Amino acid sequence: MATAGKISGVSPIRKDHDSRELAARDTATLPIGTPLIFELSSDGRAGADLAPRTKGARSGAEILGPELCRDDLPGFPELSEPQVMRHFLCLSQLNFAQALQFYPLGSCTMKYNPVINDEIAALPGFANLHPLTPPHLAQGALELMARLEAALAEITGMDAISLHPAAGAQGELTGLLCARAFFNKRRETRHKVIIPDTAHGTNPASCRLAGYEVVVAHSNDRDFIEASEVRRLVDNDTAAMMVTNPNTLGIFEPQIAEIAAALHDKGALLYMDGANLNALMGVAKPGHMGADIVQLNLHKTFSTPHGGGGPGAGPIGVTRVLEPFLPVPRLKNTAAGWTLDHARPDSIGRMRSFHGNFGMLLRAYAYILALGGDGLANASRLAILGANYVRKRLEAHFPAASAEPSMHECVLEHDLEKRSGVTTLEIAKRLLDFGVHPPTIYFPLIVHGALMIEPTETETKEVLDAFVAVMERIYTEALSDPELVKTAPHSLTLSRVDEAQAARHPILRWQPK
Amino acid sequence: MRFMPQTDADIAAMLKTIGAADLDALVAHVPESLRARAAINLAPGRGEAEVAAQLGALAAMNGAAAGYSSFLGAGYYRHYVPAAVRAITARAEFATSYTPYQAEASQGTTQAIFEFQTLITQLTAMEVANASMYDGASAAAEAVLMARRVMPKRRVVAISRALWPDYRATIRTYLSALGEIEIVEAPFDDLTGAIDLSALAAIAGDKMLCAVLGYPNSFGVIEPIRAAAEIVHRADAIMITATAEGLALGLLKPPGELGADIVVGEGQSFGLALQFGGPGLGFMAARADHVRQMPGRLVGQTCDRDGRRAFCLTLSTREQHIRRERATSNICTNHSLCALAAAVYLSQMGRRGLRELAERNVELAHQAAEALAARGIKRRFNGPFFNEFTAAIPRPAAALEAAERRRILAGTALAPDYPEISDGLLIAVTEMNHDAEIDALARTLAEAAAGSVEAR
Ligand SMILES: Cc1ncc(COP(=O)(O)O)c(C=O)c1O
Repeated sequence: MATAGKISGVSPIRKDHDSRELAARDTATLPIGTPLIFELSSDGRAGADLAPRTKGARSGAEILGPELCRDDLPGFPELSEPQVMRHFLCLSQLNFAQALQFYPLGSCTMKYNPVINDEIAALPGFANLHPLTPPHLAQGALELMARLEAALAEITGMDAISLHPAAGAQGELTGLLCARAFFNKRRETRHKVIIPDTAHGTNPASCRLAGYEVVVAHSNDRDFIEASEVRRLVDNDTAAMMVTNPNTLGIFEPQIAEIAAALHDKGALLYMDGANLNALMGVAKPGHMGADIVQLNLHKTFSTPHGGGGPGAGPIGVTRVLEPFLPVPRLKNTAAGWTLDHARPDSIGRMRSFHGNFGMLLRAYAYILALGGDGLANASRLAILGANYVRKRLEAHFPAASAEPSMHECVLEHDLEKRSGVTTLEIAKRLLDFGVHPPTIYFPLIVHGALMIEPTETETKEVLDAFVAVMERIYTEALSDPELVKTAPHSLTLSRVDEAQAARHPILRWQPK
Repeated sequence: MRFMPQTDADIAAMLKTIGAADLDALVAHVPESLRARAAINLAPGRGEAEVAAQLGALAAMNGAAAGYSSFLGAGYYRHYVPAAVRAITARAEFATSYTPYQAEASQGTTQAIFEFQTLITQLTAMEVANASMYDGASAAAEAVLMARRVMPKRRVVAISRALWPDYRATIRTYLSALGEIEIVEAPFDDLTGAIDLSALAAIAGDKMLCAVLGYPNSFGVIEPIRAAAEIVHRADAIMITATAEGLALGLLKPPGELGADIVVGEGQSFGLALQFGGPGLGFMAARADHVRQMPGRLVGQTCDRDGRRAFCLTLSTREQHIRRERATSNICTNHSLCALAAAVYLSQMGRRGLRELAERNVELAHQAAEALAARGIKRRFNGPFFNEFTAAIPRPAAALEAAERRRILAGTALAPDYPEISDGLLIAVTEMNHDAEIDALARTLAEAAAGSVEAR
């Protein structure tokens, strides 16, 4: 097979071989890949040296005695420091990542993560700050949190921000519990939350945890929610509706104001899933749309690294009437400076320990400082430009699932399954051969075989053009040589991974032979 | 702007392709009433040097991070973070990737998580561990929810009063919307500081769902997990342990050996900076027969088409993106990079190193307790402890202030969370505290107790 042209920069070690040829060979002769850390271990090696003891005769184990102490840590690794370094560096080479590849993973906003922010997080004044430090010795951290709260309030148009939640989904649950506490305070019991059929899976899951029954609102044939549908569903038993705006098709909900009014008419709240805020900065503020609660995913819009699946941060913004219910502690400005207020009788309580994922909060704040108000507005516009550009350029073979204008991402369809039996999953795997991380696939659920593409504002036009060329090439390949696409990837260290087998016979840990 | 590469020419060409007059035309369909008010009133953007200077100034205002000797613990611990951990977690290949949905493009992350899961099962002596939770407190809440899925008919959740206050509060919040649950606090024995086993036995009955105990607990005391588990199991209920000081598992008997059914905790001690309390690392381990009720991501071992070993996310039908409102949890983004840090840390410390470090923590903490005792300050409880203990000292708040003036952060007063313990000061001692600091702590607290350090 001809080596596929790579789009961007360095890619993991690639063996250019034909997987069909390899599959024919005796698998027993194949290398087993990167050994597990446990397989590199050798009795008696150590990767850390402890300073010698200066005082005391009895060892820790003697002090506590055999009743309390374990015998050993069977199977635990024993390696030198250079072995540990090499092992994990080798593993790093097997990853695709935003810094190395185009990573248009829809709904995830894989934008550039400024490296200065990692340096700032490592400053001793932040890195070594214990969460229970007396507030007067942590004024810099508290001041930073206060400034971030103010900036997020300004960006979203909400009255109050809580930085407490650890991720978007925890923000959702926090927000819904605030809604619940709000109704409890008014001695009202409501049982339902309305969720569009396009919603992210965390929305219904959070509802259930917050004790609500999910009622599904259906998008119209133009893929947005009509206020009439909301009016049909909402009643005095409805606590809230969760609306993602722009929705997961990347479409701005055009009737959002009427939806808010329909909810408010029945005393219900509008919860806005703000995971897609990267489309909205300087374009429209959730607070002005009538949102009562919104969660923000700082690991998306505000550039904190995604970390292979976190950590993130999921602050929520609320209107004034909901502020008393926010989790504790709350920042409080006093004559003596910033303090943390725990004495808030109406608060839902805690969702976690301490005061939020501070290491992520400070990165988000540094990002906001770097861009400023106009820069954030510009970022959203350029993100929207990129999505619409890709959509337009791909429209011949990968038409948009919806005729409505796209915001920061576009959801595309294709006819390859009908024409040559090539599925969206196979297209995604083939993209890997060209050094592109695939888009989000098969989501939203209402679009058959969806490809959800979010280029973000930090990619060049050249990269987008190259991506378009690759998609076109895959389209052509799918018609001329469908097997090539169906059996992708061909140029990585592994061929297609058998996920069905992993689920059928779960092996979830290494065990000594 | 330095993060955005589009030149005027690029923008013009892209707009032309799209058929839009200018950037604003792309959002013209957003209602005018919203757009008109959307301007963000924040200062203009700044260069990198200015950002670094401003944030540097804020960092410098956090006096406590430097120049103080610290005995703060209470759920977050000062440990040395090896350079290798930082070097690996700083790698963009790990830091700037996301959830490993595409296994072929994520073998680095998936294998590292598989190793993390294995390390956690070894530390806890359990059969399965997930790919991480947000922190110890939310992991404890998720453990109770998991127990409820295993035994949906049971109602009573027994939480030790000596479980960390943050953990208790988080469990309460997570359960607050699920009305049919009854939370009962199991009291501690005022002499030992451990759970009052006869009180636990009185709670245990056919309605009991689970019991949650700290290991060690919020007074630093090592709970009698085996005895508690026997009581809980006699009621056919589920035993949950929560370890905020992960390092303790390097030396203490693993909860799995003592009868725990679900083991959760905080892995911050495994190579994560204090960072004012987050991000930490929630871990959760369980028995294999409960795996389908577990929350969070799991990585499993499998093969590629050519028979080579490979790793991928698995048993996803538990998760929100498949199961939606019937998912075991709403968790999506977790603390994967923190799990990687822990995997590197634990691999580097290794089988002997981790135990030695844990022993050193025990030794230094006991050295401190003895130094205090020699100056007349006793322990508030006589139960065994790992690297943290409660000193009995009158007016702990005043003692803390006095110590602070000598640039010592002597610990955390228990009274705000435990009004019934007016004389408790929780003191954590780790390998970061040296002999001179320990002596100064003992001297200062003794003088404060005697009232000879003048009040502020
Ligand atoms: C639309 C939407 N809502 C909610 C979430 C949940 O956020 P998190 O993964 O941070 O919990 C995500 C992303 O995962 C999302 O894309």
